[in-house]
Amino acid sequence: MAPIGRLFLLVLLSTALTISSGSGDGFSINGRVKIPQGLGTKGFALPGKTSNVKVILNGGQIVTYLRPDGYFSFQNIPAGTHLIEVAAIGYFFSPVRVDVSARNPGKVQAALTENRRGLSELVLEPLRDEQYYEIREPFSIMNVVKSPMGLMMGFMLVVVFLMPKLVENMDPEEMRRAQEEMRSQGVPSLASLLPGGGGRN
Amino acid sequence: MAITYAVLLFLIFYSFQPTLSLYEDQVGLTDWHQQYIGKVKQAVFHTHKTGRKRVVVSTEDNVIATLDLRHGEIFWRHVLGHNDVVDGIDIALGKYVITLSSEGRILRAWNLPDGQMVWESSLHGPKHSKSLLLMTNVIIEKDNVVVIFSNGRLHAVSCIDGEVLWNKDFEAESLEVQKVIQPPGSNFVYVVGFAASSQFEMYQINATNGELLKHESEAFSGRFSGEVSLVSSETLVALDSTGLILLRISFHEGKISIQQTPISDLVEDSPGPAVIIPSSIMGLFTIKINAVTIFIRVIGKGKLEVVEKANHETAVGDALSLSEGQQAFALVQHAGRDIHLTVKLAHDWGGDLLKESIKMDQQRGLVHKVFINNYVRTDGSYGFRALIVMEDHSLLLLQQGTIVWSREDGLASIIDVTTSELPVERAGVSVAKVELNLFEWLKGHMLKLKGTLMLATPEDIAAIQYMRLKSSEKSKMTRDHNGFRKLLIALTRAGKLFALHTGDGRIVWSRLLQSLHKSEACQHPIGLNLSPWQVPHHHALDENPSVLVVGRCGPSSDALGILSFIDSYTGKELSSSRLVHSVAQVIPLPYTDSTEQRLHLLIDADKHAHLYPETPEAISIFRREFSNIYWYSVEDENGIIKGYALKSKCNGNVDDKFCFDARELWSIVLPSESEKIIATVTRKMNEAVHTQAKLIAADQDVMYKYVSRNLLFVATVAPKASGEIGSVTPEESWLVVYLIDTVTGCVLHRMTHHGSQGPVEAVFSENWVVYHYFNLRAHRYEMSVIEIYDQSRADNKDVWKLVVGKHNLTSPISSYSRSEVVTKSQSYFFTHSLKAIAVTSTAKGITSKQLLMGTIGDQVLALDKRFLDPRRSVNPTQAEREEGIIPLTDSLPIIPQSYITHNIRVEGLRGIITVAAKLESTTLVFAHGLDLFFTHFAPSRTYDSLTEDFSCALLLITIVALVAAIFVTWLLSQRKELQDKWR
Repeated sequence: MAPIGRLFLLVLLSTALTISSGSGDGFSINGRVKIPQGLGTKGFALPGKTSNVKVILNGGQIVTYLRPDGYFSFQNIPAGTHLIEVAAIGYFFSPVRVDVSARNPGKVQAALTENRRGLSELVLEPLRDEQYYEIREPFSIMNVVKSPMGLMMGFMLVVVFLMPKLVENMDPEEMRRAQEEMRSQGVPSLASLLPGGGGRN
Repeated sequence: MAITYAVLLFLIFYSFQPTLSLYEDQVGLTDWHQQYIGKVKQAVFHTHKTGRKRVVVSTEDNVIATLDLRHGEIFWRHVLGHNDVVDGIDIALGKYVITLSSEGRILRAWNLPDGQMVWESSLHGPKHSKSLLLMTNVIIEKDNVVVIFSNGRLHAVSCIDGEVLWNKDFEAESLEVQKVIQPPGSNFVYVVGFAASSQFEMYQINATNGELLKHESEAFSGRFSGEVSLVSSETLVALDSTGLILLRISFHEGKISIQQTPISDLVEDSPGPAVIIPSSIMGLFTIKINAVTIFIRVIGKGKLEVVEKANHETAVGDALSLSEGQQAFALVQHAGRDIHLTVKLAHDWGGDLLKESIKMDQQRGLVHKVFINNYVRTDGSYGFRALIVMEDHSLLLLQQGTIVWSREDGLASIIDVTTSELPVERAGVSVAKVELNLFEWLKGHMLKLKGTLMLATPEDIAAIQYMRLKSSEKSKMTRDHNGFRKLLIALTRAGKLFALHTGDGRIVWSRLLQSLHKSEACQHPIGLNLSPWQVPHHHALDENPSVLVVGRCGPSSDALGILSFIDSYTGKELSSSRLVHSVAQVIPLPYTDSTEQRLHLLIDADKHAHLYPETPEAISIFRREFSNIYWYSVEDENGIIKGYALKSKCNGNVDDKFCFDARELWSIVLPSESEKIIATVTRKMNEAVHTQAKLIAADQDVMYKYVSRNLLFVATVAPKASGEIGSVTPEESWLVVYLIDTVTGCVLHRMTHHGSQGPVEAVFSENWVVYHYFNLRAHRYEMSVIEIYDQSRADNKDVWKLVVGKHNLTSPISSYSRSEVVTKSQSYFFTHSLKAIAVTSTAKGITSKQLLMGTIGDQVLALDKRFLDPRRSVNPTQAEREEGIIPLTDSLPIIPQSYITHNIRVEGLRGIITVAAKLESTTLVFAHGLDLFFTHFAPSRTYDSLTEDFSCALLLITIVALVAAIFVTWLLSQRKELQDKWR
């Protein structure tokens, strides 16, 4: 087993395959997390550092961190199908299914579980960046107009400027009749609501 | 008229403005986040002249962190996996932190300034052994070398890149290596240990190439006990297995000599076997006999001398090398309310370098560990700072006789949490620290107004932000109308209770429970459970509420129980008692006595039920409800679920009126070869359900929810599949879920998910249960929902029947009635692993629910329950769409804005607790793990209150302006009318 292991280690070094048989009782999974520069820089300040990125095997069985170049490795992994998750604030990573085969240790079998895309080598990239905050709309006239305050103002303007126009356009006869009708029905006018206004009627 | 309408309209509009999630400037408004590290195991100082002074610590919660020595803040922190226990830490080359973890299998180096991992190497060995880390000053090809003994193999690893330079096996069957020692100035290491626990073995290894230079062994007539103390680079002190004879083992120049000294020769009236406290102080070691700490000096050729016997609790720190080969060590002794910190030179017991007395908070308990570090004062003498770890897991830095800073790291290990209401505000008593006057209030609102109109200068914005965060309103010590202000009472693993204010997370009081204190009778006390004991409402409002802490003396379930009653407002221990029975289960009953004390039933390991409080009144209440009390037990190792009811008074104990025998009503035995219980979940006791009926608009139908408090959700997996993911193929694994009525033992629903396995996280609410598991076939996580409806009441949908009264809605619902239930279920893919799951709870249960999921990345994600609705279909009809049914998708969406923890990680997340506020729209969410996080969360937005950025001032100003405008126009119209009349 030992010489074979060494052989595969050599293979690993030359072609950067992701799975090799380790010197211990299991295999090791080696991979890399790549966070593209520029992604996620808009909007809010990101931690940006790779030091807080965790790589998690099988829902917490093993947790490891990234080296400065983004590489990570899990040692002593039994053969089987495993799940690797990447926890990084600000990015959405798809979990990755990794098959470690006992018979064929050099073979790479990795696929993103979210979109079932196969990976030829274990390089994990975020599917998208995550924006945790709502973006405040910048100040604009339309917003003010559309806001309740704006609508209210608009309504007031209509009342102040358009209503007199309408009243002016009315026939004076009709107007008087309407006013009389109002008075007889006792509908309080705006003026009568105010102090001193009532005394006039 | 129009104006009032307008104002009303305006208000309505305003309250409907969407507040879907958080804006960045709202962070800290209702949420707070606290970071902890846990109980410190080991600390290494880094206090070079350049750079900031810091201390590197490893803790019992597998955390590696560096702390600022000035303020105690965390510079960086890494939480290793739960089985990646840290064995040792050290600093290499002045820039790397080296950690050995996972029983000596993983060696990592972290960059000291920023915590970036530099390298990681995995060490293997032939057998399991102690793990030792030794920083050497040996240099091989310009590489500094760290020597590690782990798993029966000695490794030399380069500090630069983690490459293993050489290794050497110690395969002798029974060899237990105790120490790896490098004598100063040499380039070889000693590996010493015991073989077959009666033979001392010494290996001398060349540190540059791993070559074995010398191997000697010496037999001893007795047996060695485990621990050793190093008293010089070539002398060890050990005890024999009886603990009565001290063994001084010297291996100078390869010659081993074992010298025996009975302890009774040194200490007259030594009452019992001694324990050695492992240390490595030159010429001095410490033993402990019962509670007495004895310091013994090694003089010259094998002479031992007792220098001091300390009767007080004493903690001894490890040696610190001063210049010119001197060593200093610290010891901390308790004396009443004070602690005495003494720093002594190893070779000169009488000469104290430092003697300080510090007043210590009694609620911190005993000093468990002490680490010292020295600095050179301006006058050239040595100054010392000491880092001490207390019994409550807190960490304190002492310097110049004062506590420079302290960290409440006990909060990293919360066992249970409950909430308590704050006192009601009484007239005339001002409890707020700062009461704002009207002018300041208006000024604040004017500033806010400026903010909304985008007229504010940067200073104004800063002032607004400060005002919002520091609002005295939220941290008052009284009840508020919305029920946002509460006390979170948390029980920690150290046996300490903390009360945290929900407004700002500050500690209102903390108390180390005396009843959970280690004592003769109770060697390993642990807290189990925390529940509200007395919640005064109407007639007992003058009394303070209290909580009940249940604990037991030891980890096994038949250890005797402990009860303690604590005042929620002051933290005073009202009373406590040692029980004469064990505690296996704590059942709060839904009954209270006349002083509003809640009745609790404690089930012991022999299935007897004990009633508390032990008052005649409680008995009489209990008698009335005697036949209505049922409970169940789950024995997960045997796969048996049993249901019980009360039978009679205990037979054996005649005088114990409060003890009752149980009778077994039913039992469900799961086949152990095919099913293993991995999760059980019930509904929350105090959950409010608003309506029992669910209207199905699509076909004008009504479904009745099967809302029973006695439902139990059980998940089992194939025994083979109970391990980790990847250990089993889909064909040989399955997950079975059950819904069981715990009164009758009737299985209401059973479902098998083939090719699936745990871990299962589940939450039960109203008539539905949502659970999360792993689907091996798709190799993705899945979440399923089961909804359960009552079919027997389905006939009641006819309105006429309701009107005439021919319905069975008022008939009591009983578990014994014929149950006709219908279940609906649906499954969806979900991306992440989960650590915890909870559901929002509101005061009346009207607000729609959201699931709160603690993801593997230690964030809390909110997901609308509508996404987990078994009625979802690919193409919902128009009516269904109107009802709010979302078209079916194969996976659940993850919307970044619905992370309620936004860009914060709640490291080591273990639990999520939701508490209803008085305001129906809002639920209070508390997530705990290593970190604590608290926030307000409105599952359907805050429909019943104004949003925080609602500007009162703007409204007032508008109203004033309008009134003025009306007045002016009225005057104008008056004048115009007058003019018209004159014309």
